[in-house]
Amino acid sequence: MTLLERVRFSRFWPMLRKEFIQMRRDRLTFVMMTGLPALQLVLFGYAIQTDVRHLKTVVLDESRTAESRALVQVLTNTGNFDVIGSVPDREAIRRAIELGEASAALVIPPGYARDIMRGRTATAQMIVDAADPQSSAAAISGAQLAAQVRATQIVSQRLSLPPPLDMRVRPWYNPAQRSAVFIVPGVIGILLTITMTLITGIAVVRERERGTLEQLVVTPIGKTSLMLGKLVPFVLVGYVQMTVVLGLGTLIFGMPVRGSVALLYLLSVPFIFASLGVGLLISTFARSQAQAMQLAFFFMLPNILLSGYIFPRMAMPRPAQWIGLALPLTYYLKVLRGILLKDVGLAELWRPTLAMTALAAALLTVSVRRFTKTIE
Amino acid sequence: MITGAPPRRAAVTGAPAVEAVGLGKSFGSLVAVERLDLTINRGEVFGLLGPNGSGKTTTIRMFCGLIAPTAGRATVVGYDVATDAEQIRLNIGYMSQRYGLYDDLTVEENLRFYASVYGLHGRARTERLETHMHALGLTPRRAQLAGTLSGGWKQRLALACATSHEPAMLFLDEPTAGVDPAARRAFWEAIYAMAARGTTILVTTHYMDEAARCQRLAFLSRGHLIALGTVAEILAQFSQPTIEDVFIELQRRDEGAAA
Repeated sequence: MTLLERVRFSRFWPMLRKEFIQMRRDRLTFVMMTGLPALQLVLFGYAIQTDVRHLKTVVLDESRTAESRALVQVLTNTGNFDVIGSVPDREAIRRAIELGEASAALVIPPGYARDIMRGRTATAQMIVDAADPQSSAAAISGAQLAAQVRATQIVSQRLSLPPPLDMRVRPWYNPAQRSAVFIVPGVIGILLTITMTLITGIAVVRERERGTLEQLVVTPIGKTSLMLGKLVPFVLVGYVQMTVVLGLGTLIFGMPVRGSVALLYLLSVPFIFASLGVGLLISTFARSQAQAMQLAFFFMLPNILLSGYIFPRMAMPRPAQWIGLALPLTYYLKVLRGILLKDVGLAELWRPTLAMTALAAALLTVSVRRFTKTIE
Repeated sequence: MITGAPPRRAAVTGAPAVEAVGLGKSFGSLVAVERLDLTINRGEVFGLLGPNGSGKTTTIRMFCGLIAPTAGRATVVGYDVATDAEQIRLNIGYMSQRYGLYDDLTVEENLRFYASVYGLHGRARTERLETHMHALGLTPRRAQLAGTLSGGWKQRLALACATSHEPAMLFLDEPTAGVDPAARRAFWEAIYAMAARGTTILVTTHYMDEAARCQRLAFLSRGHLIALGTVAEILAQFSQPTIEDVFIELQRRDEGAAA
């Protein structure tokens, strides 16, 4: 038989065809594969706003002077605070924060303007609801920024000198500093992880559960055709999902596509193989589809939390960082963000690519060996 | 005794359908099948009987190349189970009690899939599909999802799928469990029709009327072959009126031996 004939008559094709028919008929899988990208995009694109801005703020202005109003103005200009009103006393501040109407309060004491006039250090107080550290961090940094700005203004007014230093911050790659730009590329990685581990794992376990795997093993299909026919359809699905997210992410969230999409598709190969390895591995441990689903979700959790998808890895304790190093997604996120947001190429991305390739080789070796054992 | 001789590929024609010599399988310390000597002739309808856990399924799975024997050797349609599993798979059909059907594929899609996996394609595959569907009365249900078929129809479809390549040897592991009597009769008619065309059939069953339909029977008990012969021979050997009585007698002895 020539090579062409071997490919043409390979038993891989009927397997592939069958898999696509099943995919179309299985409503749950279909919903997971089409609905999940959309849901994840909206959920993670809109809902996850790690940048806290426009904290609702009340003001207790006991000074009631031009000076105190100037301070409120500077605070508002930072963009971190939305002044929603004035309150008459401290008790009103407590109530507003307890009721959740405000999460910050500015207290300007009666002597504020007088102190400034006399050249003494004026004090103002910022009360912050720090129950949520992320929003309180924004309030604290905003308050410090406002104080510095106002202090510099006052000093330069007094001395009739220009400000001695003007630090101009230029946020590269994501100038508006929107979370969506950071999150949406990651959605591609999360989606591929779900498809390759959860859906593939379930699909393989289902064959075993229903006895069709055993039936296939007594046919001349061969292990390679069996495995490839089972896995390749999901790789194709993964690439379709990726394309959909890239398209929607650009259209809806204005995610930039600065680098080469072709390179991104190419560097996705080792990640997809690594994830398929995990999916296949799950299928060799799970006794039922429900178990496969649980195992896959168990695997998803560290992926979402420790890969750098939402939370910066730098902020994590060391052991959490080490776990992250074992996850293919950690490296794939570098590739995704590198190509999409920074337009970097293989010269910059060879390290994560190498890491993903090594993980893929290890995972596939172990899982294929285990899988082969289960069908013998 | 052939044990120890280098494995050699016997001629496919002329060799018995199944030949097992000292065949054994143990899972760790558990001995599932021990020193099984068995020869099944071409074109025979052969029944393998025994209580649950007697080693029937393990024996069939070894013949099909699903599990490797840990002792002895066996050939199926002339090929060694240890070395020629590929050749065996091309020449046998296997139908388990779980049927191995895809519930979410239609009757025709199931058949088409298995026929393709057995290497049929193009016009030959189409013709074979039509013939098989017609022979088993599946044609009117070709577009029905396999999951919505009743037990009897599922069983027929499973038989059609397992035999789409017209194998020389067919293994049936409790094929009629949980199927109504009419469907069982229809199934056995299909089996006899295949045997008449020269297919060797090895069937395990719990139904004694089915056992009586076999040309020869083998009784397994706790991994050992304890009786072998035609129905008449076995009835004479155990001086029992029916196969069912033999079965009960054997089970009683088996439990006695185990206690």
